[in-house]
Amino acid sequence: MRRPASSILKTAGLFSLPLGWTLLLLIVPYLMMIAVSFWTRQFPLFVPDFQFGNYVQLFSDPQYTTVILRTLKIAAMVTAAALVLGYPLAYFLVFTLRSERLRNLVYMAVIVPLWVSYLLRAYTWKIILGTDGALNSALMSLGVIDAPLDLFLYNQAAMVITLTYIFVPFMVMPIYAVLENIPKGLIEASEDLGIGPLGTFRHVIAPLSLGGVVAGAMMTFCLSFGDFVAPVLVGGPDGIMVANLLQTQFGAALNWPLGSALATLVLIMVLVILGLTGWAERASARNLR
Amino acid sequence: MKQLLWWQKGMVGFVFGVLAFLYLPIVVLVVFSFNDSKVTSFPLAGFTWHWYQAVFANTQMLTALKNSLIVALCATGLTLTIGTLAALVLDRHEFPGKGLFRNAILLPLSLPGLVTGIAMLNFYKQIGIPQSLTAVVIGHATALLGVVVSQVMARLAKTDHRQLEASADLGAGPVETFFRITLPSIRPAILGAGLLSFTLSFDEIPVTYFLTGRDITLPIYIYSTLRRGITPEINAIGSMIVLVSLLLIILSVGLLRDRK
Repeated sequence: MRRPASSILKTAGLFSLPLGWTLLLLIVPYLMMIAVSFWTRQFPLFVPDFQFGNYVQLFSDPQYTTVILRTLKIAAMVTAAALVLGYPLAYFLVFTLRSERLRNLVYMAVIVPLWVSYLLRAYTWKIILGTDGALNSALMSLGVIDAPLDLFLYNQAAMVITLTYIFVPFMVMPIYAVLENIPKGLIEASEDLGIGPLGTFRHVIAPLSLGGVVAGAMMTFCLSFGDFVAPVLVGGPDGIMVANLLQTQFGAALNWPLGSALATLVLIMVLVILGLTGWAERASARNLR
Repeated sequence: MKQLLWWQKGMVGFVFGVLAFLYLPIVVLVVFSFNDSKVTSFPLAGFTWHWYQAVFANTQMLTALKNSLIVALCATGLTLTIGTLAALVLDRHEFPGKGLFRNAILLPLSLPGLVTGIAMLNFYKQIGIPQSLTAVVIGHATALLGVVVSQVMARLAKTDHRQLEASADLGAGPVETFFRITLPSIRPAILGAGLLSFTLSFDEIPVTYFLTGRDITLPIYIYSTLRRGITPEINAIGSMIVLVSLLLIILSVGLLRDRK
């Protein structure tokens, strides 16, 4: 296809907008954050520098290591809980529901909450789990308990419940997609060979759906690791997460270099997980062939 | 329908449980928005419109709502324009650094928002963009590019490239081809991505938290109010947002459904 030079130039001009925008306003900011993570704080200023002090502090000061480890633990628990709830749901949609209409309807019902404000969905758990909240008062008026239980709000369990609630749809979507792509013939073949549903699941469905599980787990883990809202709304004093530390470094503590170092660690973690996920998905795609 | 086995019946129960888990909290929110009591506890105290009236009398909250709508509209317009162009570049052209370009655009989808917010804050401070609603618009438009690019690229992959060649052979320039062939075929993806971007921008907290100045958006207003305690007004504005979100979903499902 031949085009006049002027039109090629016009096209190039038009296309330099997204390239330039992404470079300047997305890639450069990430690089800038990484650069600032090597700076030094000389209160109240931040001085350009190249030293690893901020990272050393993050890995040696128990104040920070405790929070990082706790966040890893909570993100892992949320991922496991979302998988336990999400996998059977996706399986049910693909293999148990025969009616296409019903399947689309239930699938929509799972996805719809993603559209409803994330902040509000986290907030509802505050009004449900609180000391005067809906759950305690409902149990009391039913006569199950006499006095409100403190065990619901402001602890790590409340955070795991809230985050699981938020991220279940992220788990269902990719698992549903891979289960739907499994050739039905494979399952019929397995059944024809006299292998029961459990055996079919173990030898056919589970290995073939691994890619979706990995993708969903990746999403859930990364996003719940950096969650901003749940720790503030339902987490208690033992619920401080990496996001709260970051907030403090850019707020009251006013230590941007240290905050940037912590944010860079999160960035590196997500990039590593994305890399591993890509690799696992390619491996799983090879299995299917 | 064939008879369900015992474990399939168990699974039906389980699925209903999960769906209840997903929807009960939203029901609780709406129910308590009409409850005539300052505390959110059972038994219910009676019906009231009071909290809705309180929302419409709360000028701070209404200003925040207006700010949110303006930010979401501007950010959606910007991100749709740039994102569609980006998708076209990625779909049609090979160039060095293409992988980096695509991955950078998609990164904010799986990276916790506050890392993106912090990166932008660091950079804006260096080049002198003050913390403001303008900064928030630029930040949202950039962070949401991934939403537009992934949806539009999926559509472009289904477009018949022979139509483009036919259009060029018939003497149409690239601009005319874009408006007559490409745009009609990706319109549903653009509309869907636009609605999703609007919803996400309207609801966004982490990036906004770092980039906003004195003027705040509704989620930031709600977020800072909640840190001080619960007021049933939040239930009322929350229920209204839920209602609007549901209307938007129904609209977008209608728009995105493949016309056969």
